Amino acid sequence: MNIIVCIKQVPDTAEIKINPETNTLMREGVPSIINPFDLNAIEAALQIREQSGGKISVLTMGPPQAEASLRDAIAMGADEAVLLSDKAFAGSDTWATSYTLAKAIEKLGADIIFCGKQAIDGDTAQVGPETAEFLNIPHISYIRKIEEVSDNSIRVQRLMDEGYDIVESGLPVLLTVVKELNEPRMPSLKGKMAAKKAEIKVMGFADIEADENSLGLKGSPTQVKNIFAPELKAERKMIEGSPEEQVDSLIRELKAIKCI
Amino acid sequence: MDYFFSEEQLMIRDLARQIADEKVLPVRAELDENEKFPWDIVRTLAQSDFFGIYIPEEYGGMGLGGFELTLAIEELSRACLGVSTTYAANALGTYPLMLYGSEEQKKKFLPDIAAGKRLVAFGLTEASAGSDAAGVQTTATLDGNEYILNGTKQWITNGGEAEIYTIIAMTDRNKGPRGASAFVVEKDTPGFSFGKKENKLGIRASVTRELVFDNCRIPKENLIGRQGMGFIVAMKTLDKSRTGVGAQGVGVAQGAFEAATAYAKERHQFGAPVISFQAVQHMLADMATEIEAARALVYAVTKYIDNDAKDVSKESAMAKLFATDVAMKVTVDAVQVMGGSGYMKEYPVEKMMRDAKILQIYEGTNQIQRNVIGQALIKETAKKK
Repeated sequence: MNIIVCIKQVPDTAEIKINPETNTLMREGVPSIINPFDLNAIEAALQIREQSGGKISVLTMGPPQAEASLRDAIAMGADEAVLLSDKAFAGSDTWATSYTLAKAIEKLGADIIFCGKQAIDGDTAQVGPETAEFLNIPHISYIRKIEEVSDNSIRVQRLMDEGYDIVESGLPVLLTVVKELNEPRMPSLKGKMAAKKAEIKVMGFADIEADENSLGLKGSPTQVKNIFAPELKAERKMIEGSPEEQVDSLIRELKAIKCI
Repeated sequence: MDYFFSEEQLMIRDLARQIADEKVLPVRAELDENEKFPWDIVRTLAQSDFFGIYIPEEYGGMGLGGFELTLAIEELSRACLGVSTTYAANALGTYPLMLYGSEEQKKKFLPDIAAGKRLVAFGLTEASAGSDAAGVQTTATLDGNEYILNGTKQWITNGGEAEIYTIIAMTDRNKGPRGASAFVVEKDTPGFSFGKKENKLGIRASVTRELVFDNCRIPKENLIGRQGMGFIVAMKTLDKSRTGVGAQGVGVAQGAFEAATAYAKERHQFGAPVISFQAVQHMLADMATEIEAARALVYAVTKYIDNDAKDVSKESAMAKLFATDVAMKVTVDAVQVMGGSGYMKEYPVEKMMRDAKILQIYEGTNQIQRNVIGQALIKETAKKK
């Protein structure tokens, strides 16, 4: 079983600030982490490997410093890591990113491809499903449970607004996962040592047989018009105390604004 | 202060701190309140290779030393002494096998211990034997190819949860301390059962039980070392593990100090944060100084032991004694710095104060540590003549 986990290095949003003048992210000094949903994807892959064996490769597209996230994934237990990095990939939107990832996955070969449901920086949730489309394979999104994996099929639970669907698919398949699926493990000491020594394979334009015009900024139909921080319109007030006190103060507050 | 750790040591400290912050800290109050054994945390530590740090690579461990183990114990103790007691007692129970176990015993038990698949407990203390290790009443009688164990061990950390027990029992009562032997006993051996779980002042996440042996038959091969070596096995084990208790003291003191300092910066009285008052500053200054001194001593002694020093009883007793007395004083002072809040369960320092007390008692009371140091001093002066 060959498993590829697509991950993204993202700024730790708990630490992030927005420049009020330019409305852009202030990335300086903000630590980079693996996108949290991707940690669930890595954990899912590790659990499948524990059950039925196989090899886990982590794949990311990004600048050279994204290598750190790949090493973190190896510290959790992934077998190998591939960094897709090339000037030709710069400026990719979700479409071009998915195309590039798909081309790399075609080269690497996989039975199951895992992605987090979305990245916490862009929040589009597009790259997983788009990658499956470029690969022309089925995808199942928002996986909350993996029921069964065999050599040529998989049965999973897909989280829906009300309840869940049970979906079965042949392999290869691409799955995007939600955090309810599992609790990502901590890295291990042996994993961290392996990660330090691991050779990270770098793939560029020359390695993936891609159409140049579909890559990077050139291959990206998305145009960013404006980025801004939403204005804070509503005020929030926390009512504290015992339940009785809370009810009293809530009634008082509602009366004060003539709501009741 | 920078102790110039190696890359591996930094890795261990940082990962232990991450586990302590993310997995232990959020649940420590609940574990304490409900006396809940921290199985989830044990599993995390196992998966992250922490049970194998000091076990040789050939038995599935990482082949590092007591120093690296000490770093892990210190970081876990910073968050919760109950959790770190569970972890450290596992090493305590493992040392007899590591130090005196046969090749077969090592091959059989160490890989599972290193992987954290099976927990270990050390059984020395009895109703009439604690500080007086020679007062052991539990007997082991050779009968053909088996030893028959009879007796009761008291206050055994990890008792009932552990699957592997290293036990000191008398094989020849007439010989006094030289009549003791060490054994490895597996859980579920017929005749081996557990008494009630003790209700404790502190370290309530750790479990403490009686071990009851009632005509418990174990194979002859479960003897650790030679017959009559039990007392030596126990003493050498304690020599090795005492710095771990010292590290627990450093860790819990550090945790209490950090909580007290953070609070003193936030808490305002007379129009200023209380940390701006000299009375508070002096308490914090003493705490910080004593913690650093304790840490330096624990690290120095652990390195000394790791370098195969021959007789380490005095030094390891000093590290245990000093660091745990510091822990008691610092945790009491942390409660004082935090005043009324420090006394409340919403803050962690009252727990740390309750927890710290055991460090002055277990693995040899601090009075016994002073005896050990005193006896070593007498020996040293005798040699000089």
